[in-house]
Amino acid sequence: MTSILPWIALLLPLVSASVIIGATRPLRTLSAFISVGAVLGSFVCATLIFFQQTSAASSFSWISLGSHFSVPLGLTLDPLSRSMLFMVTGVGALIHIYSLGYMGTDEGKSRYFAGLSLFMFSMLGIVLANNFVMMFIFWELVGVSSYLLIGHWFERPSAADAAKKAFITNRLGDFGFMLGILMVWNATGSLVFGDIAAGMARFTGHPVYLTAAALFVFCGAVGKSAQFPLHVWLPDAMEGPTPVSALIHAATMVAAGVYMLVRVGFLIDASLGALQGIAWIGTITAVLAALMATQQSDIKRILAYSTLSQLGYMVMAVGLASGQAAMFHLYTHAAFKALLFLGSGSIIFMLHHEQNIWRMGGLAKRLPITFLTFAVGTLALIGFPGFSGFFSKDAILALAYERSLPIFVFAAFTALLTAYYMTRLVVVAFFGSPRSEAAVHGAEAPPVMTIPLVILAIPAALGGFGFFATRFLVLPNEKEHLLVVPTIAFGCLLVGVLSAALFYRNRSSDPIDIELFRNRFYIDEFYTGLIKATQGALASLSSFVDRWILDGAVVRGLSGSVWGSGFLLRLLQVGNLQAYGFIFGLGIIGLIYFTVFH
Amino acid sequence: MLLFIVIAPLLTALLILIGAPARLTALLGSAATLIASFAAFFVYDTARGGFQFVSSFPISATWRLQFLLGADGLTLIMLLLAALVLLCAVWFTPPVEKSERLFYACLLFIAGGAIGAFASLDLFFFYAFHELALIPTFLLIGIWGSGNRSAAAWKITIYLGLGSFVLLLGLIMLYRSVPPELRSFDLRALQLVAASGGILPAAQNQIFFLLLIGFGVLISLFPFHSWAPEAYASAPAPAAMLHAGVLKKFGLYGLLRVALPLLPEGAQHWRTLLIVLLLGNIIYVGLVTIAQKRLDWMLGYSSVMHMGYIFLGIASANVIGLNGAAVLMFAHGISIALLFALAGEIRRRAGTLVFADLGGLGKLMPFAGFAFGVAAFASIGLPGFANFAAEVMVFFGAFRVGADWQGFHLFQVATVLALWGVVISAVYMLRAYRAIFMGAPNERLHSPFPDLSRTLRLPIVLLIAATMIVGFLPNTVLRLLQPTFSAPVAANR
Repeated sequence: MTSILPWIALLLPLVSASVIIGATRPLRTLSAFISVGAVLGSFVCATLIFFQQTSAASSFSWISLGSHFSVPLGLTLDPLSRSMLFMVTGVGALIHIYSLGYMGTDEGKSRYFAGLSLFMFSMLGIVLANNFVMMFIFWELVGVSSYLLIGHWFERPSAADAAKKAFITNRLGDFGFMLGILMVWNATGSLVFGDIAAGMARFTGHPVYLTAAALFVFCGAVGKSAQFPLHVWLPDAMEGPTPVSALIHAATMVAAGVYMLVRVGFLIDASLGALQGIAWIGTITAVLAALMATQQSDIKRILAYSTLSQLGYMVMAVGLASGQAAMFHLYTHAAFKALLFLGSGSIIFMLHHEQNIWRMGGLAKRLPITFLTFAVGTLALIGFPGFSGFFSKDAILALAYERSLPIFVFAAFTALLTAYYMTRLVVVAFFGSPRSEAAVHGAEAPPVMTIPLVILAIPAALGGFGFFATRFLVLPNEKEHLLVVPTIAFGCLLVGVLSAALFYRNRSSDPIDIELFRNRFYIDEFYTGLIKATQGALASLSSFVDRWILDGAVVRGLSGSVWGSGFLLRLLQVGNLQAYGFIFGLGIIGLIYFTVFH
Repeated sequence: MLLFIVIAPLLTALLILIGAPARLTALLGSAATLIASFAAFFVYDTARGGFQFVSSFPISATWRLQFLLGADGLTLIMLLLAALVLLCAVWFTPPVEKSERLFYACLLFIAGGAIGAFASLDLFFFYAFHELALIPTFLLIGIWGSGNRSAAAWKITIYLGLGSFVLLLGLIMLYRSVPPELRSFDLRALQLVAASGGILPAAQNQIFFLLLIGFGVLISLFPFHSWAPEAYASAPAPAAMLHAGVLKKFGLYGLLRVALPLLPEGAQHWRTLLIVLLLGNIIYVGLVTIAQKRLDWMLGYSSVMHMGYIFLGIASANVIGLNGAAVLMFAHGISIALLFALAGEIRRRAGTLVFADLGGLGKLMPFAGFAFGVAAFASIGLPGFANFAAEVMVFFGAFRVGADWQGFHLFQVATVLALWGVVISAVYMLRAYRAIFMGAPNERLHSPFPDLSRTLRLPIVLLIAATMIVGFLPNTVLRLLQPTFSAPVAANR
């Protein structure tokens, strides 16, 4: 049965964004409520779709060139997209509501909510797209809305630079993505996921081509899901308002890369080489980002590196050929990481934009609801038994244990680091004595901000249990003999928590100083140098050639020698209508002369 | 109807020259042209296809010369572009201090010449109309230009003069390559001759080369591009809008209308050369664009760079690529006109377009910041705008040529490099946007710094709407292009 509901869910946020930009921009509160209304509408549609198990929607033609080329605009509705739709609109709705408080007095509130609506539209498009070009369209639109929201406070140079960096880094990944799409299209003659899946037999006998195509498609995910080596934009993206960090740079957009890989699993799983490459990229990201997180002092940046690291887990799971495990972790992560970011947002908001954990301290007493929910999020993130993250991380660890021991070792080490840096964060920010004026006077956030925290805490705590999770996805089957895996994981967790608690109890500055980690392995500096040495140098060289050789020597030489500059220059005194007319009249006369007399 | 569209701008220009109120008449005349073009767009019968609205006025029977007008889908899209940009350019003309009448007349002559060339089915008038449009371009730069205007006017005169000359040579050879009893200026007749093999491959190779270079100079094909940035930087904003947006498309239109269908063998022969040159446009000029330190030069170079994508669609010579090239001509025309219009307004307020002297304008001019952002994202091919739909077709069309399992060949490599160009254009556009609109307002900017007035917002909205309609629903224009590009060019089949 076809249904119009998915289209309504997709288009409501677009309508909201257009109305705000076109009409209600001066009325800031109205704009905010339009945006919230739209996302709630989408959420209702998504809920209906989810429970009615709608499986078809009408489709349109976007580009049609007869039999040569056609791009449809159609929607995929399967269990994967239905539950993702539900999650994205659900988390999105909560964060929209939270933003009513967080951005309450912001001058650019209308712009902010228009950006959020545009983001919801683009994200839902990625979730629902049934073909590669359509997915690419929304893929790019998500990039723009992210650019707009990171750069929301565009007067700040750091925010403006971060927005630019995010967009360009993503474009780099999209370069590979588009190339992968072209290769797949060339091989199968189709862009629609269903048709490609059915035509995979065409790749038989061309394993190299297949691996290359799959890895190029993966490039898109490397950019959007901020995997090594394109991870550099995500920490900087924290310059955006905190609800944006929660929604876009933790729960949904950065997960889009993982979602896309699962969506095209038929392509990825067909190539062993691609799987291996993907698994290792995920592993490297997970470990590196966790190491970087251990030495940050900005609360949002710690969470950002943690997001990188967790995305690494998801990509690892994709590379280990288990889309289910990846999606499981994606869902639980969406809940607890959105919770953590919103919690950090309520701290930042109540402490007048203080983000340095060393200038906090003792917040557990001052912001009790924030503290309790933040604690739930932390326990879920470090994988404490019983909390959602425990189950989903365990699924990935078990998978690694089964398929690749080296990856398992790295994954377990990352789990240890996760427990370590989160304990560090909680101990320093929430316990001990207040270390700044703002921290002394901190108070609990208003209900419009704390209620979303409480709601998010529920799935963050319970989301891993089978009775809850199986409604949303097919759980990867766990084998009995893998009890060893949770045991090792719990051991890692204990080591991490205890060592951090030991190091950081009652400290007022960081006792450990590892410059390499704090400076993100100097990867950003390396890139800056690399860009300067290659693109910058090439650009200057080309510019020099163009200015002084191509233009300078050739053009001036030509005008000087061939034409006899004296005569023509005098003739062509600027503004002399007759001279121009004469020269170009000559052309016409020439034409007549040649055609008539020859 | 077509005759009206061709004559309206020229007639308006004459009316202004004899004394009608300049600005009002120009606005009315260009609005009438736009409405008529729009009507023609809807009246055109796609089921029948081919050239419609044909009207002919014999001039000389012995030379088989006639004033012959006709339009197919490709023509109509170019007419729509020309009329739309003309209206917006007139609208965006600030108060002119010296010889206001001549200024408006020049704008109308540029558009009128371009429209006439697009609508001519006769090679003679096709060429003559373009020449007619060039003269006012030089005048606009020479008289009302800024910066080093005389050098810019001089350079563009030499360049475009040479280009036109080579083009003329090519057209003459084309005319003479046909057996004497079949000779004609009528494009339709020539197409029949070409289809029956009337133009020998050897002649095709020679003529195509001349046409490629001739048209190429007019389009700023690498390495004949260095006139463009300087001319656009010196030209008053409405002139830059019209030249970069519309008149430059004459060369591309010529390749699609004359060179490719009449000389398929020649096109095939010079394909590798064309690929190399167009990559020069995309990669080399792209890098030059990154190095620019002022907005007007950067926009000029970016416009040169984007010609590379249209060339790529033309070089692929298949249905997907040709449709993509045609839509991209339209899309680029809109976005570059928008960018030059806004750059002109910034220059009028700040007195400079050097990045280092600007900054934080987003705070001072929110609407301009919004519009420039839209235009910038349109020009770097963001989905939702016509440029993206067109570039997708160009990439898919080019990638398909000669593709196999073995690896990447000429066209695949070219597509990869062209895709890299998309990254390059994001770099320079976002850098410019960052430098001009973001950050804190530059201290050197003296207040007050008014945002765009309400009357100036209408043409901006008009241009944005045009590119978004085509971007959201590319089938609206593809429907019209279908009959023209329904089959690949012969040699590529």
